[in-house]
Amino acid sequence: MPDNNRIAVAMSGGVDSSAVAAMLHKQGYELIGLTMQLWNQRRLPELSGEQATGRCCSLDDVYDARQVAQQLGIPYYVLNFEERFEEQVVKPFIDEYLAGRTPIPCTLCNNFIKFDQFLDMAAGVGADRIATGHYARISRNEETGRWQLRKGIDEAKDQTYFLFGLTQEQLSRTLFPLGEYTKAQVREIARSLGLPVAEKNDSQEICFVPNGDYAAFIDAYFREQGIERSRTRGEIVNREGRVLGEHDGVHHFTVGQRKGLRIAHGEPLYVIATEPATQRVIVGRNEDLMRGELVARDVNWISIEPISAPVRAMVKIRNKHVPAAATLTPSGDSSRVLVRFDEPQRAVTPGQAAVFYDGDLVLGGGWIE
Amino acid sequence: MNTPFYFDHNATTPVAPEVLEAMVSVMAEVYGNASSIHRTGQVARQRLESARRQLAAFLGCDSKEIVFTSGGTEADNLAILGAVRSSQRARKHVVTTAIEHAAVLNTCAYLEREGVEVTYVPVGADGVVDPSDVKRALRPDTVLISVMHANNETGAIQPIAEIARIGREAKIPVHCDGVQAAGKVEAKPRELGVDFYSISGHKLYAPKGIGALYVRAGAQLEPLLHGGRHEQGRRAGTENVAGAVALGCAAELAQSRFESEARRLSELRDRLERGIAAAVPHVRIVAGQSPRVPNTVNVVFDGVEGEAMVIALDLRGFAVSTGSACSSGAVEPSHVLMAMGMSRKEARSALRFSLGHDNNAEQVDALIEAVAECASHLRKLSPDYAHA
Repeated sequence: MPDNNRIAVAMSGGVDSSAVAAMLHKQGYELIGLTMQLWNQRRLPELSGEQATGRCCSLDDVYDARQVAQQLGIPYYVLNFEERFEEQVVKPFIDEYLAGRTPIPCTLCNNFIKFDQFLDMAAGVGADRIATGHYARISRNEETGRWQLRKGIDEAKDQTYFLFGLTQEQLSRTLFPLGEYTKAQVREIARSLGLPVAEKNDSQEICFVPNGDYAAFIDAYFREQGIERSRTRGEIVNREGRVLGEHDGVHHFTVGQRKGLRIAHGEPLYVIATEPATQRVIVGRNEDLMRGELVARDVNWISIEPISAPVRAMVKIRNKHVPAAATLTPSGDSSRVLVRFDEPQRAVTPGQAAVFYDGDLVLGGGWIE
Repeated sequence: MNTPFYFDHNATTPVAPEVLEAMVSVMAEVYGNASSIHRTGQVARQRLESARRQLAAFLGCDSKEIVFTSGGTEADNLAILGAVRSSQRARKHVVTTAIEHAAVLNTCAYLEREGVEVTYVPVGADGVVDPSDVKRALRPDTVLISVMHANNETGAIQPIAEIARIGREAKIPVHCDGVQAAGKVEAKPRELGVDFYSISGHKLYAPKGIGALYVRAGAQLEPLLHGGRHEQGRRAGTENVAGAVALGCAAELAQSRFESEARRLSELRDRLERGIAAAVPHVRIVAGQSPRVPNTVNVVFDGVEGEAMVIALDLRGFAVSTGSACSSGAVEPSHVLMAMGMSRKEARSALRFSLGHDNNAEQVDALIEAVAECASHLRKLSPDYAHA
């Protein structure tokens, strides 16, 4: 059990984490407000037009978080996490794209920044627990003693897909107060508590990538680093290997994508796979995207013990995917799992996560190979 | 809320009661424009010039050599931009150092964007500039040398008199940022032999918003601000009489208690250094063997995240600092410590304690105890601390 009442709240300056701070403050906890400065928005200036949206860590956000902390009368600090974020989130994010996969930086950030180094920082300043504005619920199974993760009650806002990497230790020290509320209720709470950010827009997409244009971000990052990449251009081929066109780099494509191929063709074409070694993008028909199974690696088990026998579950293979029924079978050891769907699923994408559910309970999850 | 134990006097100082009283009385009673002809204005002028004389006495110069500014940053900008722009050369080159304050470094960076070339002289592991490096950096087109008197992060005192001699021999004007030196060591621009010397009020127990630049009689300087002929045409803008009075009063106060404070603070500093070294294993005093101002202690705590330590100490009521804050308030690893050869990780493990008039031995002992507890707690959590 935590030996003190002090909680560090990760405050982004948005309505969700501001509401968390206000709610916990009202409940009488001793709070410390902390904002992680993750990315310097002055970098890559060519990306930051005035219309750029969905940006994190702007001075406006810090201003807002500070204002909320001041209103609550809690101590507040900004932490410089820029170097860690670049090493552990941005660079792996780029590497994954260049390797032909489609990464989830939010999960990397949760695994290596928020619920790792931020948790350590909180402990360092004397807060044994942290609270964030994630839409998810944590409970404890008194029989097994395991910490369990559940979807937030607002299904549209549920963020458990990005939280499958949480360990028992991390869960034991984390509070997700918003899991019991809908977004509309959270805004209402923020309004009723008079928070200045109550009407602020939701953040969008990947926080450090303006306008969600990750390919432009990657290109700009390489220019900033002075890295000349040889051979980014490549061929677009069909499954039989016939060349249909050319492209500017495999990182512009993700499995299932239809836009941006620039090929005149009779029927709609979709990206089936990318081959970084040959710089080829393979395209085909929608039916070619259907897969009956996948292998998940580095599986983290949350609400149940690691499995040793087949288990039935609902499996989500991307954030907006409607979970599909499947059988999970340990493949070698419990950290590799063969997921066999009852019905084939469209666009199983390497680099994304496969997260296993039983109702609203998150059993665990892993990375799609 | 003010932190009960304040050990960050290099960031800013509280306003001394004497200074506050002098300033408030001026603000309440002397509202005239110092440039006006009538007697209401003349009273303001008298107070302004009296303050200028107080500051001149403190700096050991003529009062005509003092230009009041809005602070240390403006004084640095005025000296650097003003001296460089007063030169008629087509090609211009400036020599400064890698450990200057942002007010100097970013002004030089701005000049670089305008086409001026700048050489940033390195420092050794002791945090001190070698004058012969400055000499070697000079070129026929060098128009200014700018070197700080005392470093804000390490307290290391730079060999300004020698650098000024090098400048005089080469007929190159020398600016010295004296913001962190004034009040702590002898700050006499004439004795040092520099052409420009920057002062900040709020580092000297006067409020924010007032500073000064010593401009040697006869030195060439283009103004930054254009308007009325205030400050002998060197700084347009209706004079901040209350601020000037505060700075004059603070200078006089600093002068009157200079020797006793220097002795008292250096004793406190030694007590703090010895105490930390005894209570916390694996620490290093930065620039410990260099000539230093008496109030500054910079310590590297192996395996400790300085940022976490500053917050943990603040939550216990101790105000200290690490590195310098960027615009969001997050901490950047110190460019000064990295210029001394430290890695980013080492630089992030450094804490600066800067003592001031209100600190005493009991406070220092309480600080030592809190530092020891925080360092021990943070090291238990640190994967980087190898001595566990």
